[in-house]
Amino acid sequence: MPEPFRVILFIVFVMAFAGLNAAYLVWCERKGAGHIQRRIGPKEVGPFGLLQPIADGIKLMTKQLFLPKGADPILFMVAPLMVMVPAIMSFMVIPFSETFVAREVNIGLLMIFAFASVNVLGLLLGSWGSANKYAVIAGARCVSQNIAYEIPMLITTITMVMVTNTMNLNEIVRAQSGWFFHWHIFRLDISLLMPVAFLIFFVCSLAETNRAPFDMAEAESELIAGTYTEYPGMGFGVFFMGEYANIVIGCALSVILFLGGWQSPIPFNPAGFLGVIWGLFWFLTKLYALIFTVIWIRWTYPRTQFYELLNLSWKVLIPISLFNLILTALQIKIFPWL
Amino acid sequence: MNGLLQQDVNQETFVLNLGPQHPATHGVLRVKLVMDGEYIVEAEPVLGYIHRMHEKMGENRTWAQFLPNCGRMDYLSALSYNHGYVAAVERAAGIEVPERAEYLRVITVELNRISSHLLWFGAFVLDLGGFTPLLYAFDDREQILDLLESVTGSRLTYCYFRFGGVYNDIDDAFITGTRAFIKRLRKRLPMYDALVTKNIILIKRLKDIGPISKDMARRYGATGPVARGSGINFDVRKHEPYSVYSEFDFDIPVYEEGDSMARYMVRMDEMEQSMRIIEQALDKLPEGEIQPKKAIKLVKPEKGDYYHAVEAARGSFGVRIVSDGSNSAYRLKLRSPTYSNLSLFGEASRGMLLPDALALMGSLDLVIPEIDR
Repeated sequence: MPEPFRVILFIVFVMAFAGLNAAYLVWCERKGAGHIQRRIGPKEVGPFGLLQPIADGIKLMTKQLFLPKGADPILFMVAPLMVMVPAIMSFMVIPFSETFVAREVNIGLLMIFAFASVNVLGLLLGSWGSANKYAVIAGARCVSQNIAYEIPMLITTITMVMVTNTMNLNEIVRAQSGWFFHWHIFRLDISLLMPVAFLIFFVCSLAETNRAPFDMAEAESELIAGTYTEYPGMGFGVFFMGEYANIVIGCALSVILFLGGWQSPIPFNPAGFLGVIWGLFWFLTKLYALIFTVIWIRWTYPRTQFYELLNLSWKVLIPISLFNLILTALQIKIFPWL
Repeated sequence: MNGLLQQDVNQETFVLNLGPQHPATHGVLRVKLVMDGEYIVEAEPVLGYIHRMHEKMGENRTWAQFLPNCGRMDYLSALSYNHGYVAAVERAAGIEVPERAEYLRVITVELNRISSHLLWFGAFVLDLGGFTPLLYAFDDREQILDLLESVTGSRLTYCYFRFGGVYNDIDDAFITGTRAFIKRLRKRLPMYDALVTKNIILIKRLKDIGPISKDMARRYGATGPVARGSGINFDVRKHEPYSVYSEFDFDIPVYEEGDSMARYMVRMDEMEQSMRIIEQALDKLPEGEIQPKKAIKLVKPEKGDYYHAVEAARGSFGVRIVSDGSNSAYRLKLRSPTYSNLSLFGEASRGMLLPDALALMGSLDLVIPEIDR
């Protein structure tokens, strides 16, 4: 397919994927929560409540976009987009399958992190712009939390870049081909702390996306809805879609960096179109398994305390990830043939 | 941290209105917080949003007409409030209660206490951000509500006690149902213990958070699990036994630490003790009448001043009656435990972080209609 058409097609696909994913992750979340809590969850709208997200979307869209008194009109309206748009942009470089990627950017990893940081800015501006004290507290929490968690996350990422020698996400996945024990999480020969590194990355991506048990920014029993307190209708809806898109990105990165991306656990890769589907299948399976874990965690644990969260980051995660960085560097240097 | 905050008077503070509509206050309570960032400089509970003048109503109605009001003060342990009022009037008018009726009162009150603690358990963990235990607790509580419904006729705002007895006798289905429920809860409590109490996040959020010293609890007149969590061994059931409580063998859980965890543990242990009381009461349940042989048609206590306290789920609930010998009270004073328990919040929360203060507030187990009466 000629290049411009391919990219346009992909943009459409990515936007549809992000939108539908957000909608149906809400459904999954509610259904999952229901079953964890011995309830049924949504069941009235459509079979198994499958049309519930659409009903919710229509409801949100028909609500008035009310601007609270004293709010900054521009910041208030722009903030949800600043969460949503970068999240969609990040999808452009994620390899769903070996050839199923919009653009194989050489600095794909860097690009995702650059866009992920904009997310915090959106939340901060939204809470500042809505002129609500609860929102401002949430915004301040959000920023310090994200700063604290991006450090161990980036250190772990640097370790992975060191291991694979590339920032191209597809190359990182290709480096893990073969049996499942070639996935980075099992490569103890590269670094003894590899499973720990995965755990650090996963925990950090939970904190980055403000998910329980680190959902300080929207702690509903403390700050009502935190950043989203004043947001009506689709303003709230777009924020939410952005949040879910960010969860997908976080989990996708974990899958790509540690769990072999689109590689199947056995060295069997059919060629051609079947290969695309095969890769897509494995990528999405791993992705949704991780997302399910995220939902599972949310409905199991209470919320952590804010200073405990920062303590965890500065006193535990950062030292361990730094140690891992040094250990990996040494191991690569001493056993370069591995 | 506390001292530092108060010295620095130039720090910019802001006022945060927590409530009257806020998820953490569990009702129409407003707390005016002066905040320095996320630290609380000063907290002042503002009461009265749902004041319904129950005490005044007691003066305008006949003694019996006030009975339904009792269940509407603390809707979570309504039977204790029934008990307090009925016992005070019985003391004033010198009404004898048949033994079987006293046993039935104890059984139903203790069941109600367990249901109240279960709901508190769920709502408290919800305050801490864990949603799931709430629904598990509601599942258990539902069984109690079914049992109590079968005997009292209502599920929440009970009006089961009458002067001189209770209005309905229990049947075999209730007895087997209660025994089955106790068996079930004995299996569930260890599960809550393993899943919630031993959770590292929960421990970190409760241990050494929101300390209430023995002295502070005494000064504010705190009672119930709040006082017992601060090491004050006081339970009306044990220390001023009323009804037939002196006939049962049960312990009063007391924790010395005074932090939110201690108050949490007191309530969790109390459920087991209540189950012990119910079991013994069911074993010993005497046959006989549930109301005096000669029906009480008109209650007219002698002129005088009477007081009776009972141990409700949230602490000591006292009813003071001043009677002028007529068929309604001259003055009715209700001493509700949560009112005193909440009053210490201002002092206890000073210098705390907002989420910690909300954990403290949750551990006080507030029921707002009972504060405002």
